[in-house]
Amino acid sequence: MDMSQYLEIFIDESKEHLQTMNEILLELENDADNLSHLGEIFRIAHTLKGMSGTMGFTKVADLTHKMENVLDLVRNGALKVNSQIIDILFECFDALEEYIDHLEKTGKEGDLDSSELVRKLAVIAETKSVDGIAAASGKPTKTEAKVEAKVSSADESSSEFHISLNDIEDVLRHAFEQEVNPFLIRVTLDEGCMLKAARSFIVFNTLERFGEIIKSYPIAEEIEDEKFDDSFELLYFTKLEANYCKNELMHISEIKDVLVQPLTEDVLTVSKTPQKDVEVELEKVESKEVESKQKEDSAASKTAEKAKTSKTVRVEIGRLDNLMNLVSELIIIKTRLEDLDTTTSKGFDQNNRNNMNEAIEYLERITTSLHDAVMKVRMVPVERTFNRFPRLVRDLSKDLGKNIKLFMSGEETEVDRTVIDEIGDPLIHLIRNSLDHGIESPEEREKSGKDEMGFVALRAYPDGNTVVIEVEDDGKGINPEIIKKKALEKKLITVDEAELMTDKELINLLFKAGFSTVDKVTDLSGRGVGLDVVKSKIEAINGTVEVVSNLGQGSKFIIRLPLTLAIIQALMVNLNEEKFAIPLNNIKEITTIETGKITMVQDQEVVLYRNKTLPIIRMKEVLEIECDEEPLDELIVVIVKKGDVEAGLVVDSLIGQQEIVIKSLGKYLTGIKAIAGATILGNGSVALIVDPNQLF
Amino acid sequence: MNELKEFVTFRLKQEYYGINIQNVENIEKVLPITRIPYTPSYVKGVINLRGIIVPVVDLRNRFGFESTQTTDEARIIIVNLDELKIGMLVDASSEVLQIYDEDIDASPNVRKDGSNEFVKNIGKKNGRIIMLIDLYKVLNLEQHNE
Repeated sequence: MDMSQYLEIFIDESKEHLQTMNEILLELENDADNLSHLGEIFRIAHTLKGMSGTMGFTKVADLTHKMENVLDLVRNGALKVNSQIIDILFECFDALEEYIDHLEKTGKEGDLDSSELVRKLAVIAETKSVDGIAAASGKPTKTEAKVEAKVSSADESSSEFHISLNDIEDVLRHAFEQEVNPFLIRVTLDEGCMLKAARSFIVFNTLERFGEIIKSYPIAEEIEDEKFDDSFELLYFTKLEANYCKNELMHISEIKDVLVQPLTEDVLTVSKTPQKDVEVELEKVESKEVESKQKEDSAASKTAEKAKTSKTVRVEIGRLDNLMNLVSELIIIKTRLEDLDTTTSKGFDQNNRNNMNEAIEYLERITTSLHDAVMKVRMVPVERTFNRFPRLVRDLSKDLGKNIKLFMSGEETEVDRTVIDEIGDPLIHLIRNSLDHGIESPEEREKSGKDEMGFVALRAYPDGNTVVIEVEDDGKGINPEIIKKKALEKKLITVDEAELMTDKELINLLFKAGFSTVDKVTDLSGRGVGLDVVKSKIEAINGTVEVVSNLGQGSKFIIRLPLTLAIIQALMVNLNEEKFAIPLNNIKEITTIETGKITMVQDQEVVLYRNKTLPIIRMKEVLEIECDEEPLDELIVVIVKKGDVEAGLVVDSLIGQQEIVIKSLGKYLTGIKAIAGATILGNGSVALIVDPNQLF
Repeated sequence: MNELKEFVTFRLKQEYYGINIQNVENIEKVLPITRIPYTPSYVKGVINLRGIIVPVVDLRNRFGFESTQTTDEARIIIVNLDELKIGMLVDASSEVLQIYDEDIDASPNVRKDGSNEFVKNIGKKNGRIIMLIDLYKVLNLEQHNE
């Protein structure tokens, strides 16, 4: 069977499961006695085992199977949770994650070797299981219901069957009359059996060739759902001999043992006389079953509840893009209608025009809500990115010998899916930076009178049309003097420049390419990526990053991301015959400036505006447009801001504010200076979007 | 092997050129082209091809011919190469020609004008000569891939 079509689903689901596993492992570390955590991990390992087994990924299946063994011991109280076990579970988690990553990239399991890990797990399972059994018999297990749920495996040694015969006496009697042999059969599957349901199906099929299966324990549906441990029981009518049946069944692979017990007519009388007892006992069993079921149910509902909070609809990004395209088309049509309205309104009578206006308003409402709806589909909580950080901080602080606590808040803040994918690496980098360079060693901290425990805070919150993510630490902060020295050494700035720079400007040199304050590249932050890459990655998704630092008190990196990427408000301007869009969120104000007031400072035109020097940028020069007309007395200037810096863009005329759909220029035309993309105007022509951030 | 290959042919000045039909997505009438700054002169600009922004290369400019006013006959041939969609502005598009492998020769490399380096092969059909162009070179993709 071709499984490739399920691969994507498998990867998605596995990732989700692994994410939960990661969270629980971290919780478990703090709360080692909490059995519900263990149960949860066990369930995840079990699910992964089942899924990977079906997909034919034997390594994953093998690893999870061994994990299950160990977890089972822990769950039954045979093994105590200690840091070693948690470490090994983390190792397993890492290995699994690596397998899944590899699968995602190549579609194959890869040849990552986890045999060592598997061996370790096996050793634990084996050695501890000996003590474990003793311990288990010595002290009563805490989770009786769970033991009850596992009744079939516990009872394996005894030959008592669970199938009750009292309700099928008539059938039995009839069978004896017909000289059909009734058998009770217990089939035990191999422990490593991956597809228990499939195996049992084969068993059923085999038996039904020669006779009839009357009853099974557990019931057939549960067997199909693999809701049994290793064995199941059947009441079987056949004319064949017991041994023959057994042989037939033993031929099926992955069957460990088959126990066939013939029923004689005695059972009828036996079951008749102590019927009451049996019934009582049955009731007991049933009530216990109900109990265990209830427990299971409550556990299930608990997980369901948990799952609900992060319930996501998996939508193929391509379909979403298509939807986005439709919306953009709608917006284009809307703009076209508006055009039509203004150009032809002279020929219309008042009534017509009103209708037209109404129609446009309606269309506008639709497009706005459609836009919102689509955007919401694309939004995911930043939790998806955040939840790998506790682990990162845990591991790093262990490696560094620092005591560091991570605070996270605002994980529920939502941003566009594309942003989520892009923001992970920069954040990892910033957090590594904080841990590695920011926070001092415990001794140093003590010396400077700080709490020995360092802290890193990761916060996300929406702020107007943007989402802010902050990475803050209470470390030593950034020393502008050191940066100045470094920058001079690396010839990033000249001595003169350095003299003029403020501390803030100096600190922002960190983001310049070729700058790294630590001489030796450590394993931690030395992945060949500097802060300049962080900056360019964030800017690539139209975000900004800045840093605030107080020497000795810590530093804070502030990332601002746009909520949406695809549709923005923009100001349309004219330059000669060409139209350009300037994103509205870059624009501070629009004004006119007298040409006479412009002065030249260091080859740069500037003007004094509101008591500040404002650099003037001639858009026609920047965009390689011919400029042949007479110089004007008054210039139309669009003042744009980038952080605290402002500049005035000179344009010919203003068209107005418009909602525009950002389109990429494609791979053929990449890295074009000053251009962020293109958009399609109402008349179908293309206008370029100016990226003011690249102008100064 | 005498395979039959199909080429979309187009005219530039008085000569006919061919592109493997596998690379041709469609042929469009000339749409409004928006100029893009900071691009080589042969990149004429971008067009809106039903919601997708497609760059257009002016083949006259690329081949070193003088540029003229585009006529009604002018077309933009949309080619698809390595998942890139690029338009090529030509003077006119012509028919699809089927040429046998054995009728395709190596480029003679005699002419020394600009278009020479872009011609990979020469195809013959019914006494006509079609210059088969190397799209990678024409679109400067080798440089792009670096």
